[in-house]
Amino acid sequence: MLHIHCPYCEEMREEEEFSPAGQAHIQRPLNPEELSDEQWARYLFFRKNPRGLHHELWLHAHGCRKYFNMTRNSVTYQIMETYKMGAKPSITASEEGQS
Amino acid sequence: MQQYSGFGLLKHSLSYHENWQRVWSNPTPKKHYDVVIIGGGGHGLATAYYLAKEHGITNIAVIEKGYLGGGNTARNTTIVRSNYLWDEASHLYEHSLKLWEGLAQELNYNLMFSQRGVLNLGHTLQDMRDIERRVNANRLNGIDGEVLTTAQVQEMVPILDCSKGARYPVMGASWQARAGTARHDAVAWGYARAADALGVDLLQQTEVTGIRRKDGAVEGVETTRGFISAGKVACVAAGNSSVIAKMVGMELPLESHPLQAMVSEPLKPILDTVVMSNHVHGYVSQSDKGDLVIGAGIDGYVGYGQRGSFNVVEHTIAAIIEMFPIFSRVRLNRAWGGIVDTCPDACPIISKTHIKGLYFNCGWGTGGFKATPGAGHVFAHTIAHDDPHPLAKPFSIDRFTSGELIDEHGAAGVAH
Repeated sequence: MLHIHCPYCEEMREEEEFSPAGQAHIQRPLNPEELSDEQWARYLFFRKNPRGLHHELWLHAHGCRKYFNMTRNSVTYQIMETYKMGAKPSITASEEGQS
Repeated sequence: MQQYSGFGLLKHSLSYHENWQRVWSNPTPKKHYDVVIIGGGGHGLATAYYLAKEHGITNIAVIEKGYLGGGNTARNTTIVRSNYLWDEASHLYEHSLKLWEGLAQELNYNLMFSQRGVLNLGHTLQDMRDIERRVNANRLNGIDGEVLTTAQVQEMVPILDCSKGARYPVMGASWQARAGTARHDAVAWGYARAADALGVDLLQQTEVTGIRRKDGAVEGVETTRGFISAGKVACVAAGNSSVIAKMVGMELPLESHPLQAMVSEPLKPILDTVVMSNHVHGYVSQSDKGDLVIGAGIDGYVGYGQRGSFNVVEHTIAAIIEMFPIFSRVRLNRAWGGIVDTCPDACPIISKTHIKGLYFNCGWGTGGFKATPGAGHVFAHTIAHDDPHPLAKPFSIDRFTSGELIDEHGAAGVAH
């Protein structure tokens, strides 16, 4: 079971309070009517799904009910950091770049 | 290939079973193969078998980084059924079920395929409406199915709590009599043995580290045992499909999640069918060895660690105990996790790609085992003809761009 630090509550809490919400830093396109079908598909469905460092979105569902970001290793499940919405991760995999 | 039979067993007993032929060989990689299959699980081995048997392509290598059938093939809960809602999906799974029915004879290998039936319970009015809709859709597609009342369910499974006082009372169920279970390891081994006999090279302990391309077509694969040239490369890597795709700069519409399952200590025969419940989310069957085989749901986060969180196990056990109070003091023996590659529409991808000679069979999510023969069969056709098999056509990766998704979420008996 994961032990997660909520950046808003500033406390360590049990995993059961949270629900994962997939890859982080996906921006909704600002010019939707100009997008091709391929670009829409990419935004809606295609994901990095990395084996290694993963930046992901979590919801503190049974707590402050706020979304926040997490950088986690998808193989060891080690949580490297959690950070607030709008913030940039301080730990990134060099080969992956930052999206 | 040495034929297996009751007589053979008797004959070999005279020599203390010391002279059995090796089931498959352990070859040194050749420099070139017509087709290289990445992933030696059930799907990969079935693909190799059908390519060799039905399409006459025998210069094939199956490259497996661990051992054959050691991934999700060995980790699932062995359920085989075809009662899916949408035409595209039900045709594909029914194709597979039909192949299952003659597979043990065809492969001359005991798959312990047992058509003991599958019950999908309904606990709410909406559940029952969905069940009726699905059973009717199945029957229109020529797939067997029945809607059962609570009394019929109780008669079939006396130990199921069908009382009105249950937290989620059973209101009925769908029943597919031709569904059942099979021994998962045996499926991989049976296909491996048959493929090996047809000349397929099974390269174990060999990991693909890269895919070499030239002018938009594949040239071969880099492996831990050197470069292997290939006319076509077929990726059947389940949870690691995105990792392979990244080698050619592709992204897939997949997320890899841990999926957990567990078995109890062996018990005397008590449950002679498969019981699944979408609503309380648990499913259970009893293996021939006697252990209860229980499947959990996926963990919501992306994970490649082949293990999940304990709260998911706890949730599943709560559901099983709610359905079967008699199991409350049964002890669990083992629990494990596998990595499943889930698609946004809960349907697989069996597809060509924009790179010539590169094919993907992935995205089976939580329900790939039942499709092993069918998926291998249609994927082999897709590779051999460089054109999708009619049953595989709707499962092209292009559906995420065109919007022709096949939304099987929850439409199937349980989320798996």
